Amino acid sequence: MNILEVKGVSKRFGGLQALGDVNLNVQKNTVHAIIGPNGAGKSTLLNCFVGKLIPDSGSVMFDGQSVLGKKPHQINQMGISRVFQTPEIFTDLTVMENMMIPCLAHRDGAFEMNAMVSLAGQKDIQEKAEEALADMGMADKRHMEASAMSRGDKRRLEIAMCLAQEPRLLLLDEPTAGMARADTNNTIDLLKQIKETHDITIAIIEHDMHVVFSLSERITVLAQGTPLVEDTPDNIKGHPKVREAYLGEAQV
Amino acid sequence: MLGLDKKNSALLLIVIALTVFAPFLMNPFPQSSGLAQFNAGYPDLMQRFVIFGIFAIGFNILFGLTGYLSFGHAAFLGVGSYAAVWMFKLLSMNIVPAIVLSVIVAGLFSLLIGFISLRRSGIYFSILTLAFAQMSFALAYSVLTPLTNGETGLQVYNDDPQILLGNGPTVTHLFGFEMNSTSTLALGDWAFQFNMGYYVSAVMMVLAFYLSMRIFNSPFGLMLRAIKTNQTRLNYTGVSTRPYTLAAFVISGMYAGLAGGLMASMDPLAGAERMQWTASGEVVLMVILGGAGTLIGPILGAGFIKYFENIFSKINENVLHGWFAALPDGLENAIVWVLHFFVGKGWHLTLGLLFMLIVIFLPGGLVEGGQRIGRLFKRKKSGDDASNTKPAE
Ligand SMILES: Nc1ncnc2c1ncn2[C@@H]1O[C@H](COP(=O)(O)OP(=O)(O)OP(=O)(O)O)[C@@H](O)[C@H]1O
Ligand SMILES: [Mg+2]
Repeated sequence: MNILEVKGVSKRFGGLQALGDVNLNVQKNTVHAIIGPNGAGKSTLLNCFVGKLIPDSGSVMFDGQSVLGKKPHQINQMGISRVFQTPEIFTDLTVMENMMIPCLAHRDGAFEMNAMVSLAGQKDIQEKAEEALADMGMADKRHMEASAMSRGDKRRLEIAMCLAQEPRLLLLDEPTAGMARADTNNTIDLLKQIKETHDITIAIIEHDMHVVFSLSERITVLAQGTPLVEDTPDNIKGHPKVREAYLGEAQV
Repeated sequence: MLGLDKKNSALLLIVIALTVFAPFLMNPFPQSSGLAQFNAGYPDLMQRFVIFGIFAIGFNILFGLTGYLSFGHAAFLGVGSYAAVWMFKLLSMNIVPAIVLSVIVAGLFSLLIGFISLRRSGIYFSILTLAFAQMSFALAYSVLTPLTNGETGLQVYNDDPQILLGNGPTVTHLFGFEMNSTSTLALGDWAFQFNMGYYVSAVMMVLAFYLSMRIFNSPFGLMLRAIKTNQTRLNYTGVSTRPYTLAAFVISGMYAGLAGGLMASMDPLAGAERMQWTASGEVVLMVILGGAGTLIGPILGAGFIKYFENIFSKINENVLHGWFAALPDGLENAIVWVLHFFVGKGWHLTLGLLFMLIVIFLPGGLVEGGQRIGRLFKRKKSGDDASNTKPAE
């Protein structure tokens, strides 16, 4: 069953055809990688899923519902969470406060005027946030200001924040870009563990082929705004078209 | 206590104690001493401390938590004052209906202005609020004269309807307790003044402060702080930021309306100048000076600025000559010549310099200053402990 169905999506930026007639299906509870050379339109495509961009034509259906024309927070409430290339967290807040926000958003929805209740008294939120931090091995960091964390920890916190919302689809745009090898391997392990323990679909954009081949079950190769092939990792590895368009230059 | 944790309960008790004993605390110098002019324990000045305290506490909920810098909040204070005076003209001099209406009207007005201004953020938001406030000022000053009495300002006349007045007091009162009644306690060379209007305003400020504490510590407050830090993440976390900022805007507008209503309750007048952009700018200064985003900062900032405005502006050249009379004439004249720029009408200069120093060296405002001093003492103490324990070992 497909959780995400993309049909005939195209997007122009002025004279540039960033996406042209993209069709893509992401199967439920799989890890689906989208790869392709720089400027292929991967981020543009992802931005069309989360409400940051509206495609010029085509449709994007999430679990049978169209996401087009919806605001980012509405799409998130439908069950799509997104991890950014540079970790987007609440740097001025403590780690614990960072963690409580998605818990609140998950429980209370897009807006709740709860100005007269005490945050410390929200036992369910506190517990859930503590648990999520403990799962990431960050329990001891909960009173730390988020800006003081290492980059790897920020990334892990961001992923934990997304997971706390119990999303059905997790989108990651180059989660290991600029990371040291050790951090990259940690992220791979973390995502593998998430995949095993959660009822979740993951779509990942990634340049690092090590990450792509360790994690994904399906791979879509995008080049110049159109999908070239979609197949299993093993078949993609040997695909002549892919070598030509992408792997040739990446030297894998 | 009252849904607050220990630390905040202590802070609330401190604020209550300070406001209750303000007539003593503000009046430390004997009347016959040369320092008596630095006393601030006068009813109208103390009223201003707490009323502007309310204004700043409310402004801090918007600016301190969300980071949205409004340059138009004086407009809400102004409409609050007009609403209150209208209640005095139509009903009676009881301040309860006046204050209730001023909060409601300011709330509605801020809902309208906030709804439009919050379509933008950053500098564009600030400019929009400024534009709205200046439009409100122009409306009050000339266009809406039947409602505002234009340049003269709105006041209560003998032939006003005042349908509930009966035989009641003709000065503002709270169920018979007149706002301008003051009892004086003479103790030796001191005269401490206890004013009804001050205490009514002080109770309102304590309530306003308590509410702001509850907001700061609520999930709502956390969302507001998250807006200041990273709106993108918040949007992609499923939170709609606009209703939160609008709620914060309206709450701070209602605080401003309460301050305006109280101002009119102390002195039943309302003029358009209360809405001018300088008045909007003043509350920004108060909050930044005291410490934006802190609980107690706005109160400190409001007190600080009002103190300077009223005390430094009263010092003139004669006073300065009095202080330095003991010095040789030439030196005395030179010092007085330099200092006179900073006092009297020049008090803005002093305030400006202090503001610059604080923003540069204490970006967290007076609260940060207090924290640094506190830490210094702590370090000294623990340093002493360390040196004490070492020889024993
Ligand atoms: N907002 C925009 N306005 C104009 N052009 C854009 C915009 N966003 C992307 N583009 C262009 O569209 C093309 C596709 O960009 P996109 O960011 O989707 O590529 P990508 O596959 O994510 O590349 P990379 O691997 O470098 O991240 C690029 O040529 C880019 O310059
Ligand atoms: Mg990209």
